[in-house]
Amino acid sequence: MSIVSALHAARLPVDASAHGPALDRQLLLSLWIVLALFTLAHVILLGGLAARRHHPQKSVWQIEYLPLVALAALFAVLTIRAERLWAATRYTGASLTALQVEVTGVQFAWYFRYPGVDGTFGRVRPELVAPGEGNPLGLDPADSHSADDVVSSQLMLPVGREVDLAIRSQDVIHGFSVPEMRLKQNAVPGETIHIHFTPTKTGTYAILCTQVCGLGHYRMNANLRVVTPEEFDSWLAAREKAVQR
Amino acid sequence: MTLTSLRRRVFSTDHHVIGVEYLLLALTAVVIGTTLSLLMRIHLVWPDWQLPLHGPILPEDYLAMVTIHGTVMLFFVLTTAPQAGFGNLILPAQIGSRRMAFPVLNAMSFWLTAVALVVLLSSTFVPGGSPISGWTAYPPLSAVASAGPGQAMGMDLWLASIALFGIAATISSINTLVTIIKLRCDGMTWERMPLTVWGWFTAALLSVIAFSVLLAAILLLFCDRHAGTSFFLPAGDLVNGTLHVAHKGANGSPLLWLHLFWFFGHPEVYIAILPGFGVTSMLLANFSFRRVFGYRIMIATTLLIGLLGILLWGHHMFVAGLNPFAASAFSVTTMAIAVPASAKVLSWIATTWRSRPSYKTAMLFSLGFVSLFIAGGLTGPILAQPILDEYLHNTFFVVAHFHLIMAMAAVFGLYAATYYWFPLMTGRMMSERLGRWHFWLTLVGAYATFLPMHLTGLAGEPRHYAQLAGIPNAAGVMLARLVPLNRFITYSALFLATAQLVFLWNVVRSLRRGAVATENPWMATTLEWHPALHPRHSAAMGEPIAVHRQPCQYAATPSGETFLPQWVPDTLADTTTEAAFDTKPE
Ligand SMILES: [Cu+2]
Ligand SMILES: [Cu+2]
Repeated sequence: MSIVSALHAARLPVDASAHGPALDRQLLLSLWIVLALFTLAHVILLGGLAARRHHPQKSVWQIEYLPLVALAALFAVLTIRAERLWAATRYTGASLTALQVEVTGVQFAWYFRYPGVDGTFGRVRPELVAPGEGNPLGLDPADSHSADDVVSSQLMLPVGREVDLAIRSQDVIHGFSVPEMRLKQNAVPGETIHIHFTPTKTGTYAILCTQVCGLGHYRMNANLRVVTPEEFDSWLAAREKAVQR
Repeated sequence: MTLTSLRRRVFSTDHHVIGVEYLLLALTAVVIGTTLSLLMRIHLVWPDWQLPLHGPILPEDYLAMVTIHGTVMLFFVLTTAPQAGFGNLILPAQIGSRRMAFPVLNAMSFWLTAVALVVLLSSTFVPGGSPISGWTAYPPLSAVASAGPGQAMGMDLWLASIALFGIAATISSINTLVTIIKLRCDGMTWERMPLTVWGWFTAALLSVIAFSVLLAAILLLFCDRHAGTSFFLPAGDLVNGTLHVAHKGANGSPLLWLHLFWFFGHPEVYIAILPGFGVTSMLLANFSFRRVFGYRIMIATTLLIGLLGILLWGHHMFVAGLNPFAASAFSVTTMAIAVPASAKVLSWIATTWRSRPSYKTAMLFSLGFVSLFIAGGLTGPILAQPILDEYLHNTFFVVAHFHLIMAMAAVFGLYAATYYWFPLMTGRMMSERLGRWHFWLTLVGAYATFLPMHLTGLAGEPRHYAQLAGIPNAAGVMLARLVPLNRFITYSALFLATAQLVFLWNVVRSLRRGAVATENPWMATTLEWHPALHPRHSAAMGEPIAVHRQPCQYAATPSGETFLPQWVPDTLADTTTEAAFDTKPE
């Protein structure tokens, strides 16, 4: 493969979430600004070296303070724009109608739990964890809310609906990352961290682990399948029925 | 070798000997660290390649290499060579002193550092091998022996090694601080101190603050591992089928480690780069025959970078589970450091601007430092934005960012220092012809290796992945696309490493056959070139040393360029001199 096609393969992945386009715009704006500053700095540096005539140094104001003020203003604008986007996605939680899904990182797999027909996640207890017996999360049978919980090894979501993810880890720190949804959040043992987003395009996307979590780190991944609401409803109904029996 | 000569030559308390020993230690470490990085690059694109005498590289081998590469490079190369190595060799003379404040402590900190390196490397040979949790050692992975291979005795050795290193670095930094504060010669005011000394001074301040916090963190982690405490372990943590809370009701958090570690870890990168800032400033001025542009501003920005450097550790934790408001605050402090950093770049550009400099190899590497620092530094403001970090965190974009600054700019600073001070230390010049080859090959190799990593990062390639091909699911499709560009990066890395043989050859050759150096071959103005402080002659040993002006004063005379070293008495007042001795002639 030529270097051109190698470069072509390395580009931003598809953007398939509601908050993604604004993030991409900010990313591309920042990248262009950085590229321009890199070029400008080198043109001035090399230009000054190439200029033949010797020249006395100018005043501090002209070449130090004025450019610094300009750069500081530029960085401030970038910061404020970025803060607004960050605040929009992270300062508040998901809406009350958002779909609830729990994500659990375990060396070296992701598990996704839906609360089932009662709409409530049941209790999990670490001492009940038994992956070999089909209970990788340690659902407590003594808790009536657990009985109808659906546990899946792929994340199935309906397109266009906000989802509230409750991210946790059973053992070590993992990094929950979905590049195509412009999403990343560490899963920290002992904490439940909520993030929310809305997928906008149907398709199958990669869920990675981005925090070194042990020897299986590189193959700790899962699929995110974004489907139509109808497909999602029938998938969930089938899974719920299977659990009830 | 008799016992006395062994003691004098090896267990010496002479700061020159200790400085050289530190540099040799760093050279050993950089060879190890580079070899590991090449093995990692090769494995990433040819996963079936078998390592001679070892066999296939398993995922745990890969992570062990990542861990040792990061640890060795950060501590034993980038902290050791610029700060302890060149600091010992050059710092005392630059302030007009013939010694460091505490010679015995100085020797002790070197030997502790050497022991720390041996302890670290010995982790390769214990059951389970070296730890696999990276140089950041996040718990619970690092707190629980069963969390992976290498996390038992290997991890203990890692902790012991870093603790020893931290103690050594703290002692050495206190020595540096006391030397600068107490042993300056007559006339060496704070404003006349060379910017290299300011770099070493600020880095030493940061070391004392940062390493003490790291030592505390290591102690706590050690207690979690062996004393049944739960500083970093939450209740009900289940690793490998075993519940890991020894003390009832104990409920710690791994986030505490992240705070303590990065409170150390971020200043650590400034410890590595601050001496490089100083060297670059002084060399650019020296070879441009000019004053440093905005000398007081340069001192202020050095201190400001040090101060801000300890206020922004949280930018490593934007997606770690901090309160999002905290991310906003750390984003602002991180952006703020871009301003003094930009001020430095502006000063470097202004110092060389239309100066018709002399392009010696040391000057080329200083200019390379500026270029690579701009390239690596500019992506800082991108990563300082939490919303963009949400996409870029732990991708190769970050790897590209800090390798351009740490691996490349910092190393260019070390090369500049080596070419510049080689004649002072050895009495011989290094070959300029080989030097120029070394510089251009290294510059091309550096950009070819690290620029494309921005692209694979933007495309979503995560760090610490042992393999890109043969991974199942949608992730496999995404990562497999990136193999061709990674192959290019691996070729570039091999090229870059090979080019360093030119440097090694230059050193070896010049030691024996280099042209004999004159007393002050670069027309330097700082005190290490003072005849009475010269490390190799002792003829003028008793002569009193006094300083009369700031460094880097060059002037035009009818007979051509001339320069006013700091030690030459002059009838003009300091301020008049500065105005008169501004530039070299048309
Ligand atoms: Cu993981
Ligand atoms: Cu992982």
